[in-house]
Amino acid sequence: MPDATFKIFRGDRGGGKLVEYNVPIATGMVVLDALHYIQAHQAPDLAVRWNCKAGKCGSCSAEVNGRPRLTCKTRMDALPLNEPITVQPMKSFPVIRDLVTDVSWNYRVNRMIPPFTPRADVEWKMDQRDVDRVQEFRKCIECFLCQNVCHVLRDHDKGEQFGGPRFFVRIAGLEMHPLDGLSRTDLLKDALGIGLCNITKCCTEVCPEDIQITDNAIIPLKERVVDDYYDPVRWFLRKLKGKKRK
Amino acid sequence: MNEKFETHEHDVLIIGAGGAGLRAAIEALGQGATVAVVCKSLLGKAHTVMAEGGIAAAMANVDEADDWRTHFRDTMRGGKFLNNWRMAQIHAQEAPERVRELEQWGALFDRTSSGDILQRAFGGHTFKRLCHVGDRTGLEMIRTLQDRGVNLGIDVYMECAITRLLKDGERVSGAFGYWRETGRFVVFKAKSIVIATGGIGKAWRITSNSWEYTGDGMALAYEAGAELMDMEFVQFHPTGMVWPPGVQGILVTEAVRGEGGVLRNSEGERFMERYDPEKMDLSTRDVVARAIYTEVREGRGTEHGGAYLDISHKPAEYVKRKLPSMYHQFRELADVDITQGPMEVGPTCHYMMGGIRVEAETAQATVSGLFAVGEAAAGLHGANRLGGNSLSDLLVFGRRAGLGAAEHAKQSGPVTIDGEEVLEATREMLEPFERPAGESPYNIHRDLQEAMQNYVGIFRNEDDLTKGLSELDSLKARADRVRVEGSRLFNPGWHLARDLKAMLTVSEAVARSALARKESRGAHSRIDYPSYDEDWSRQNNVILREGDEMKLKQLHITETPDELRQILAEEKS
Repeated sequence: MPDATFKIFRGDRGGGKLVEYNVPIATGMVVLDALHYIQAHQAPDLAVRWNCKAGKCGSCSAEVNGRPRLTCKTRMDALPLNEPITVQPMKSFPVIRDLVTDVSWNYRVNRMIPPFTPRADVEWKMDQRDVDRVQEFRKCIECFLCQNVCHVLRDHDKGEQFGGPRFFVRIAGLEMHPLDGLSRTDLLKDALGIGLCNITKCCTEVCPEDIQITDNAIIPLKERVVDDYYDPVRWFLRKLKGKKRK
Repeated sequence: MNEKFETHEHDVLIIGAGGAGLRAAIEALGQGATVAVVCKSLLGKAHTVMAEGGIAAAMANVDEADDWRTHFRDTMRGGKFLNNWRMAQIHAQEAPERVRELEQWGALFDRTSSGDILQRAFGGHTFKRLCHVGDRTGLEMIRTLQDRGVNLGIDVYMECAITRLLKDGERVSGAFGYWRETGRFVVFKAKSIVIATGGIGKAWRITSNSWEYTGDGMALAYEAGAELMDMEFVQFHPTGMVWPPGVQGILVTEAVRGEGGVLRNSEGERFMERYDPEKMDLSTRDVVARAIYTEVREGRGTEHGGAYLDISHKPAEYVKRKLPSMYHQFRELADVDITQGPMEVGPTCHYMMGGIRVEAETAQATVSGLFAVGEAAAGLHGANRLGGNSLSDLLVFGRRAGLGAAEHAKQSGPVTIDGEEVLEATREMLEPFERPAGESPYNIHRDLQEAMQNYVGIFRNEDDLTKGLSELDSLKARADRVRVEGSRLFNPGWHLARDLKAMLTVSEAVARSALARKESRGAHSRIDYPSYDEDWSRQNNVILREGDEMKLKQLHITETPDELRQILAEEKS
């Protein structure tokens, strides 16, 4: 089989450039295989994150030919091989080295979210149909590709005012948990700025787990925020009774 | 000590952030200890995330007749009675409570029609026992533990690798490591240390394990004077992917067979009839792995050297619902639609039953202040682990290790760090950069994997094991001359150079133990000693360091108390 030519970003916070590598292609090969080949034969210090190599851990995110992908699930036979394949780090996060980016901001946002809080005296029984709805959100492997493509973060750099799709998915999983008794709409409205999302669905398009981020997580959460804060009757009741909605 | 080292001080230091490490951290924190968790990858990426099938716990939600006694008996039978009986008892008794607790922390399991946690069948378990979430149970578990831990206030040091345990006399006092991102060194000072670093799968060529599983924790403990036990028992999971080459070894969950999938050879025969007519496809992993290996060797393998695993007789929607990640994995990586036709599968190195020898109740190792848990520890699984018993192991003994470590920290006085030891650890890490010439760590790693695959694999004999040991000797000599290119900034070649040392130490422990055990039992199959041996049924192999020498001794198994012996003798109800 022929060789493929790669152009891979090599560099760090101070800058870098695309460096060319040739890699022999094997049947069924994915881009991560090629990166490993380059490490073993040409560039032992090529920085790459990876773990499971089976699309379950969300470590190996990068931009392949400009498209945000898990490199372990990007098949070489799905890419045009008559031109070089470019592999670059996720653009929305600061580069540490080569394809490795600083995603620590995500972990800081995550800390702001109040945990699952069961209602008092709850009976631990649930219907599979109610569980199904929430399990969709819990499929998230935290690859942060949705954060990477979200234009609020990517183009407008609003990380200080906006949580991003990953954390709307996480909150949807908590808010729609059949036994959870807490409301997180104040957090969504203020600190995580869900109003900044104008539902362009870029996040949904890149999700490797096929989570319907916009339709099933963000829009229902936006509706909850509207109900709680902009419906005059509810607003009045909330003033009277406090924040709980369930 | 030299001031230039970044130093962090905690009561309890936990190395590894999979299910075991996180569960230990939550418990230690609950006891009022200050807790740090150090992990080589980002939080939430540890191997627990790849566990698929479920958590074994005798909750009796589906099969009412199930109870801890049956779970205990299944575990001991699966482990060919080499298990630490007390660990197997604690595990079976406490697993249901640990699962309920996980649910109360937000985990969402699949449900029965009456709204309880659903349980599925699995190899070696008498009853339907595995609490699960489709085929992504591990993801659910690690996310739940991670969110709980972070919320409670654990300090997590991500992408940080520990290269040495530090001691204050006979007890542990801390650990030395480096930040992967910057390559800078860091010292952790702690009264108790919990090793929760998982296994050693990366020493084999065909493996389901990721880059992290290089035996670090076992090697660290061994270097610090702790004993390793049962190292000859390496689990080859019967069903890994075999084609295409890049995905070879990636796990195909046992839940495929749990949900009704069947194995066939190239002649269409359900060959498990010849190996275990009673349990068939749901026989224990050691038996199924050997069966597939034998079918292939005798010429009845598939096109790419495996067996067929078929679940396409079930309705497509059912398969997609119960095994969604298998469906996607095969469709995207192998162009196979598992709802329409069979998968090709073969054995893959998956799990280490052996590990650091610990006390059953507290998970303390043979060094004061050192604890070990999960795959890094030995005892619970004996000669072969049942599927589903790993996730429950992490929860049950993670909690106990956290308790033990917190308790130990409370009772022990202040510890001091030996500056000389730290400098020595620094020198060790910098040497590979300073050599003017030397070999790439990738070459040595490739040859190590080849040697372990060929000489210390599923079937073993004296010749191969001896060859394997001498191969390890020359690999060690090569590793001493390894050279690293580039800077210290996130340099995977440098990281591998250090991981190689751990892999070589642990691989030697495996080969030595395998050579010593002159019988076949569980996952350890000797072609030259094909049957059980009465004497060996009463002893564990133990590895320890004496000076710079690796020593092997045998340890007598303590007598099983009568009440447990009675349970073991009972036939399944």
